[in-house]
Amino acid sequence: MRISLRIALAASAALLTLGVAQAQEKTLRIGTEGAYPPFNNLTADGQLVGFDIDIAKALCDEMKVKCTFVAQDWDGIIPALQAGKFDAIVASMSITPERMEKVDFSHKYYNTPSALAVPKDSTLKGVTKEDLAGKTIGVATTTTHFNYASKTYTDSTVKGYPSSPEEQADLANGRLDAIEDDIVVLQQFLDSPDGACCKILGQPSPQPVEIFGPGAGIAVRKGETDLVNKLNSAIDAIRANGKYKEINDKYFKFDVYGAES
Amino acid sequence: MSATATMVERPPPRARGWPRRRIAGYALVCLWILFGIGIVSYLFLAWNPEFFAKYAPAYLRGLGVTLSLVSISMVLGAILSVPVAYGRMSKNRILSGLAYCYVYFFRGTPLLVQTYLVYYGLGSFRVELQSVGLWDFFKDAFNCGVFAFALNTAAYQAEILRGAIESVPRGQWEGAASLGLHKLQTLRKIILPQALIVALRPYGNELILMVKASAIVAIITVYDLMGNAKLAFANSFDIQAYIWVALVYLVMVEILRHGVEWIERRITVHLKR
Repeated sequence: MRISLRIALAASAALLTLGVAQAQEKTLRIGTEGAYPPFNNLTADGQLVGFDIDIAKALCDEMKVKCTFVAQDWDGIIPALQAGKFDAIVASMSITPERMEKVDFSHKYYNTPSALAVPKDSTLKGVTKEDLAGKTIGVATTTTHFNYASKTYTDSTVKGYPSSPEEQADLANGRLDAIEDDIVVLQQFLDSPDGACCKILGQPSPQPVEIFGPGAGIAVRKGETDLVNKLNSAIDAIRANGKYKEINDKYFKFDVYGAES
Repeated sequence: MSATATMVERPPPRARGWPRRRIAGYALVCLWILFGIGIVSYLFLAWNPEFFAKYAPAYLRGLGVTLSLVSISMVLGAILSVPVAYGRMSKNRILSGLAYCYVYFFRGTPLLVQTYLVYYGLGSFRVELQSVGLWDFFKDAFNCGVFAFALNTAAYQAEILRGAIESVPRGQWEGAASLGLHKLQTLRKIILPQALIVALRPYGNELILMVKASAIVAIITVYDLMGNAKLAFANSFDIQAYIWVALVYLVMVEILRHGVEWIERRITVHLKR
């Protein structure tokens, strides 16, 4: 009994010093999904790569903090942030009113439109509710695309997938008539060998800001205004000093930031 | 339940006083009670009629999907388990080897993996499946779920059946043979009635495991109970979504457990003294 007590004391003392050491080093833990190429993707050897990751690293350099990355399933990413598993989400998360009830957001760091992809031999002509009536549309759940699809295409069957690769697999094998996703994500899929089956059908229009939000932002726990301010000025800084353009050009042929806000 | 129930050993006398183990036990029980009170009071405080009105119908629909999925695959699995169990008990090397491999594979790999293999794996053989006319079946996610679940539960049920039949003493077979009953008659009239009593509990367990495991189909886009809970959570970010679904599963399991106990009491009346 006494020995175990001593061990417990020693352990808690060690933890305490570790905690102090961590606080001094100022590590920012960043959560991301890792199944949303080209924005964030987990490679076969376990490395996180993508636009989100590079932007996050640039922001950390700008804020002069050390950053570590945590991969987390999309469904549980907000609860994990709230539970303190990491301090910020850089995972192409669209800024929406529902999410703002649970987390605080930085300004947007990019904004790309939603689009639909279909098999190449598809007879579909357009992306309106009438065009897609009776068809089956696959979308990743807990996304703005899913919210839009389930509100708009009420005459179609909207199937929810855990992440984008699954919905793409089902489009390729013919279970789905169409999928809705970010146009950049769709383009990446269409450029891959598996995506040879399919093509972009078009972009829904208009894309209401109350569903899609102003773009993708960085989510932090509610009330961490200090961190939000730092992130905002870091975003402005990398936009201004050309770092953003450098990362942008590495992945895309156009500026994904969208209109200046 | 056994005929020798009267001969069981007496339990050791109850320990007196407050040994450390008992204190620890009471403390743990108190902890669990507090935990339970915590959940109940959370649900009470977070009671949100809006949430309920919005998602309760979806939960009910999901419950229907879960129940039909489990019942269809349990029945199909039971049918399929008969030839597998026969193969397992067969003296024919090839037959028993095949049955062994089947059981080995389906019990040795996670149901999640099997479901993924059926849904996404078969999905990539669309052209071949179309040429044999099976694609229409496998196109549907619910069918894929039933297919994977039936194959999986057939392996477990075959082992339950085999174990139960083998638990009946050999003498019963020999006695029946000496009375001139042939094998099928013996099985139907003498062996199975005794074996199924033994098999009831494991069957009940398997059913309960299937109900819980059925939550897996949510990831192959079947909107079962869990799928609707995930959707409700996705729209509300409210942890209630999962607490409610856990409670529904708990109630289902509890009903099944009592059902199995009730059946067991009924069919073992002749064994009680």
